[in-house]
Amino acid sequence: MSQARTLTFSIFRYDPQESGDKPKMVTYSLTEAPGMTVFIALNQLRETQDPSLQFDFVCRAGICGSCAMVINGFPTLACRTLTANYPDGHIKLMPLPGFDLIGDLSVNTGKFMRELSERLSLWLHPNSADNDIHRIEAPMSPEEATKLYELERCVECGVCVSACATKQMRDTFVGAVGMMKIARFELDSRDTRTADDFYHVIGNQDGVFGCMTLLGCQDTCPKDLPHMQQIAYLRRKMASV
Amino acid sequence: MKIIYTDTLVVGAGLAGLRVAIASKERGLDTLVLSLVPAKRSHSVAAQGGMQASLANTIKGEGDDEDIHFQDTVKGSDWGCDQDVARMFAHCAPKAVRELAQWGVPWTRITKGDRQVIVNAEKVTITEAEAAHGLINARDFGGTKKWRTCYTADGAGHSLLYAVDNKAISLGIPVHERMEALSLIHDGERCHGVIARCLITGELRAYIAKSTTIATGGYGRIYSVSTNAVICEGIGQALALDTGVATLGNMEAVQFHPTAIVPVGILTTEGCRGDGGVLRDKDGYRFMPDYEPEKKELASRDVVSRRMTEHMRKGKGVNSPYGPHLWLDITLLGQKHIDTNLREVKEICENFLGIDPVKDWIPVRPTQHYSMGGIRTKANGESPQLSGLFSVGEAACWDMHGFNRLGGNSLAETVVGGMIIGKYVADFGEQTSLVVDTDLIAQFGKQLQTEVDQLIEGEGTEDPFKLKASMQKIMMDYVGIFRNGPELEVAVNQLTELLERSKNLGLKCKKRHANPELVEALRVKRMLKVAVTVACGALARTESRGAHSREDFPQRNDQDWLNRTLTSWPDANSLRPEMSYEALDVMRMELPPGYRGYGVDNAIAHPDTQKRQQQVEAILAELGDDADRYAKQAALMPFELPEEYQPRNQRFTDTVAKTDAESGEK
Repeated sequence: MSQARTLTFSIFRYDPQESGDKPKMVTYSLTEAPGMTVFIALNQLRETQDPSLQFDFVCRAGICGSCAMVINGFPTLACRTLTANYPDGHIKLMPLPGFDLIGDLSVNTGKFMRELSERLSLWLHPNSADNDIHRIEAPMSPEEATKLYELERCVECGVCVSACATKQMRDTFVGAVGMMKIARFELDSRDTRTADDFYHVIGNQDGVFGCMTLLGCQDTCPKDLPHMQQIAYLRRKMASV
Repeated sequence: MKIIYTDTLVVGAGLAGLRVAIASKERGLDTLVLSLVPAKRSHSVAAQGGMQASLANTIKGEGDDEDIHFQDTVKGSDWGCDQDVARMFAHCAPKAVRELAQWGVPWTRITKGDRQVIVNAEKVTITEAEAAHGLINARDFGGTKKWRTCYTADGAGHSLLYAVDNKAISLGIPVHERMEALSLIHDGERCHGVIARCLITGELRAYIAKSTTIATGGYGRIYSVSTNAVICEGIGQALALDTGVATLGNMEAVQFHPTAIVPVGILTTEGCRGDGGVLRDKDGYRFMPDYEPEKKELASRDVVSRRMTEHMRKGKGVNSPYGPHLWLDITLLGQKHIDTNLREVKEICENFLGIDPVKDWIPVRPTQHYSMGGIRTKANGESPQLSGLFSVGEAACWDMHGFNRLGGNSLAETVVGGMIIGKYVADFGEQTSLVVDTDLIAQFGKQLQTEVDQLIEGEGTEDPFKLKASMQKIMMDYVGIFRNGPELEVAVNQLTELLERSKNLGLKCKKRHANPELVEALRVKRMLKVAVTVACGALARTESRGAHSREDFPQRNDQDWLNRTLTSWPDANSLRPEMSYEALDVMRMELPPGYRGYGVDNAIAHPDTQKRQQQVEAILAELGDDADRYAKQAALMPFELPEEYQPRNQRFTDTVAKTDAESGEK
């Protein structure tokens, strides 16, 4: 086995609650281990070099969407990013733009997603007559169930929002995450809302007609969701209302 | 200190906690949830495989019902569970699945006609009924007689958590994110709420409520290698311990999942084996049929994990820089199946191992996975000691899992336990009034403030990260899959030493607001108490039951150990908890202890077992052949449920067989 590399991490540091603190990049060195991810590396840095370093991980398996950050200019999930992917051993970490900064690499995606959900009513609006849980369930076509799950795989990591130029120019833009969720409920045969109802929510500049179609969302989505297709679908649908 | 008042306080925004919050809010009670993380990031999201419910829609689930689900659960628990609770659970599981369908879960559905599946490494064609088309499907899981695990591809936890959190949002239930509950306010008899610390600002706050429900998940992270999310650190259990009054149940019952990837310990779902994947050793040999000829890879989790460990001890493991491992082979399932039904597994293999499971075998070994133990509750979810303190989900020892949990029963417990206990929590909220004792609140607030001050300003020298790593290693080395007296003694002694040292923690980072080192220090002291409790329970239990496997006491010993370990920590300065035992009453069991169906039947019988068995037979004989299964069940072990959940579950076979007859209700 070849000798382990020394990785150089350049990390954005800023504590907005510390008076007088200014944003800066700080450099750390770390010996690479086989299979090392940015999750493992950041924890080692915190445990051995700087216990004040802030970042967010929960599942560390690419499932929960907590740990999105900008790694060498590309927004993605840090937990499943292998350090081996960077041949020169230089890794630059920045917090995800477009969200409230809590400190260092930690941003408040939770607050954003909850507000978005409330604003767009991102929950199933079922037919209430259909709610006897003791009786056999209403059938659904297997193909529909599969399609719904495909669109539902969004983990609310915020990567699409951070990669969206429209969002950067228009703060109230719902982003690909908002539209993907609308598309998911629009597709759901159990949802009683009509295209007209959805038009009132996203048939405007903050929704489908605001998107500049630069498709940073499609390029960066860690779950490979079909953003381009869904935005186009919704746009056609909304234009015909 | 700011004080926030509510009717129902829930700590933890995973599936169980949110489900309780919804039940309370629907009753018109003011409801508030605290969470370390945004609700949708809770560990519930990581459940891949699915949840068990005896819908019996698929042809491979034909004939399934609550009785069989109940029996599988009791056997799986190695008779350690509370059978009343297992009954309540099995009865309500189909209701929960159907409710979730109405809340938006896109359950994978049945396609009528022929379908090719893999059973015992062979391609088999099964034919689904015409009338079952579009109903909720189920897959096979370990330790179950029928295909009973309802699923959405391999993202069941994700789909459920999103649907349930969306429901909570639609009801306007506030979730205070990044708020960590660090002590329970109580007067020795009644729980009044919590003192919590904001992870962003560092502010301490009191949350005062009629009822407080702990739904913080398990304690997997007291081990160094765990499939659990990094937030599953047992703080909920520690909160209960710190009251000195509330008890924890069966803390030594810790499950190791057979197939987590090496080295990082990320889970690959049991669905891999349920759908037909097999385990292979360094020679590529499929070894499980040699050990468990009947259930093979689909024996209960504790059994498969032990067999794998045994096989590796024989030198059959694959050597790696991280120690020996075995192979999980799902290549025989084919690309289409893996791409749609095992997609998370594929992503995990690609991202963390750089392999393609369609072509390559996956390196796996047994890894800490689930905490059967937790805050001991009555069947209504309330602590027997502290009124107003409830617990639900993995955090609790409600006790449907006993000493081993079946795959697919944990996701099920979160939503089923949540719906049942949610009703009782709501009842409690309606029947009691808020007790506000400002002196008591101030006292608990001050205590936590002093703890924080000491950590920040004190002269301590111990590094919280190092203490935690030492604890995790001890748990891994000495309180793992196979246990024995001498090693457990080492564990107890070393953990006690660490607990003593944790009184002398010192911080390098002196910030009072967002400070990861302070967070770690506050947690590690609490985690150590939980770890000591697990090790003490394991040392004292001189038998093998379910996941608790003693090399020096290999037999299940019903005569001496058909009981539940209870632990409390009455003296805060003591380094050891107080332990006692609660007997399981054989004479009340619907299913008296018997052979679980794995390995040699060497259990030492309880003196009442035979008596109860005869009694059961006599009761059934008296009922006669005309009695239906409901009458038989009611005669053997009547159990309670909230009225709304008492109706029988209709099944699709009921509608086909008796189109004109009764609809299955009442």
